[in-house]
Amino acid sequence: MIKLLLGDEAKMNKLTINDNNKLIKPIYLDYQATTPCDPQVVEVMLPYFTERFGNSHSRNHYYGWEAEEAVEGAREKIANIINASSKEIIFTSGATESNNLAIKGVAHFYREKKNHVITVITEHKCVLASCRSLEQNGFRVTYLSVKKNGLINLEELKEAITDQTILISIMAVNNEIGVIQPLTEIGLICREHGIFFHTDAAQAVGKIPIDVDVMNIDLMSISAHKIYGPKGIGALYLRRKPRVYLQALIDGGRQERGVRSGTLATPLCVGFGEACSLSIEKMPIESERLRILRDRLLKGINDRLSYVYLNGDLEKRIPGNLNISFAFVEGEGLMMGVKNIAVSSGSACTSASLEPSYVLKALGVDVEMVHTSLRIGIGRFTTKKEIDYTIDHIVEAVNRLRELSPLWEMHLEGIDINSIDFTHHND
Amino acid sequence: MSYNEKLVDHYEHPRNVGSFNKEENGVGTGLVGAPACGDVMKLQIKVNASGIIEDAKFKTFGCGSAIASSSLVTEWVKGKTLEEAAKIKNNEIAQQLALPPVKIHCSVLAEDAIKAAIADYKKKNKFNDE
Repeated sequence: MIKLLLGDEAKMNKLTINDNNKLIKPIYLDYQATTPCDPQVVEVMLPYFTERFGNSHSRNHYYGWEAEEAVEGAREKIANIINASSKEIIFTSGATESNNLAIKGVAHFYREKKNHVITVITEHKCVLASCRSLEQNGFRVTYLSVKKNGLINLEELKEAITDQTILISIMAVNNEIGVIQPLTEIGLICREHGIFFHTDAAQAVGKIPIDVDVMNIDLMSISAHKIYGPKGIGALYLRRKPRVYLQALIDGGRQERGVRSGTLATPLCVGFGEACSLSIEKMPIESERLRILRDRLLKGINDRLSYVYLNGDLEKRIPGNLNISFAFVEGEGLMMGVKNIAVSSGSACTSASLEPSYVLKALGVDVEMVHTSLRIGIGRFTTKKEIDYTIDHIVEAVNRLRELSPLWEMHLEGIDINSIDFTHHND
Repeated sequence: MSYNEKLVDHYEHPRNVGSFNKEENGVGTGLVGAPACGDVMKLQIKVNASGIIEDAKFKTFGCGSAIASSSLVTEWVKGKTLEEAAKIKNNEIAQQLALPPVKIHCSVLAEDAIKAAIADYKKKNKFNDE
């Protein structure tokens, strides 16, 4: 019998602040980057690493059947939460692979007929990079802009459509600002024009209701580790009626209906399925709980700090995300100041790229304000205690760094920062 | 990757934070960087009658490395002549704080800030040593 190290959910809630209000380790507030596996998910996965280790593609013996049954059960659970059939679920290594497969796969399969793809400038890097790759291969791609609130303009979408458009790829929920695109409206436009609709729903599935039929979605990318499942697995929903064809990216034993070769990782599939069931079961209560925590955090910060700006629409947004600019304080410096919470910043130098967030820039946020932004992601194991600690911690750090900021000093002296001729530094 | 100890110390306990009256004759002010680039440093030096930098202050908008670099140079310029201070090189700053390659520009900015402060002081006091 394998015993869980993490214990139950109650224990997960006390990983950072113990009963004596002592901080044990930084509070995790980066739930858009990844989530911990739910202990319940880990529990159902474990037997498939050891005693039930079979290859689900082994058709002729008990071990294969056992694994196959587990994988197919998981596939069913994933299909259920998006109102699809299990035959429409293709397992992949994650949303990045699903996005590559959907965009490149559809475009290349239908390339003799049509050669135009429409997407949005605020998409995830892997969608944009897949589209760039298509452009290098002779396809034409239109990149739609977004409004100040982060949402697309449906009229602009309609105008971008040509008789050559084969695919429209628009993300369900943005990973930086959490805004929800009007999927039903987009789906309708796609259907009216006979264009395939792909959506990167890595940040949406399990957090907001998704129905592939109601929304007319033809292809959809899903990730397990964003919804308390394991890292290293995701899925592509691929519509069967009317059927969508793809050119595979990976050649091999023709597993997953020939769309994605390679032996399935049974434990990961099982964990993914369990994560989906759990998230849909918890969704009504959890969404409300997160919204209350999110509002408490936003109000706590707004009440005590001035010149704080929310990036992206507040209403059309998943409840677990805030993206806030703290004027006069640089985001990366701020992240170092709030070392007791784990968040991310839209400022340069925080990630592999040196460019400040292209998503915030796309909203028309001034570049200097992009540098002052923090993304705060709250999730299943976030507690009220952690939110209250976070408010104090952020307010204290922002105040301290503003005391250190020459821009704050100029602001207090009534100097218009835009009137200063800063020497633009090139290194 | 975590930050270097000296860097964290300068970030958490920055030395010589503040401002002098920039109209004062003995004060030289350097303002370098730009908000759009994510770094702005203001470095001020106070020079006494014998041409020695007797005090320095800074304010910085930027990442931890930028804050630490500017804090460090306020310590380094104190007690130096203008000529000596002008010789502080960015690689010495980068080395002292163990800045990773992506943060070298912070040390460059700190060096620029010293030069700008010295230039401002000389301009105000009508130096003709060039």
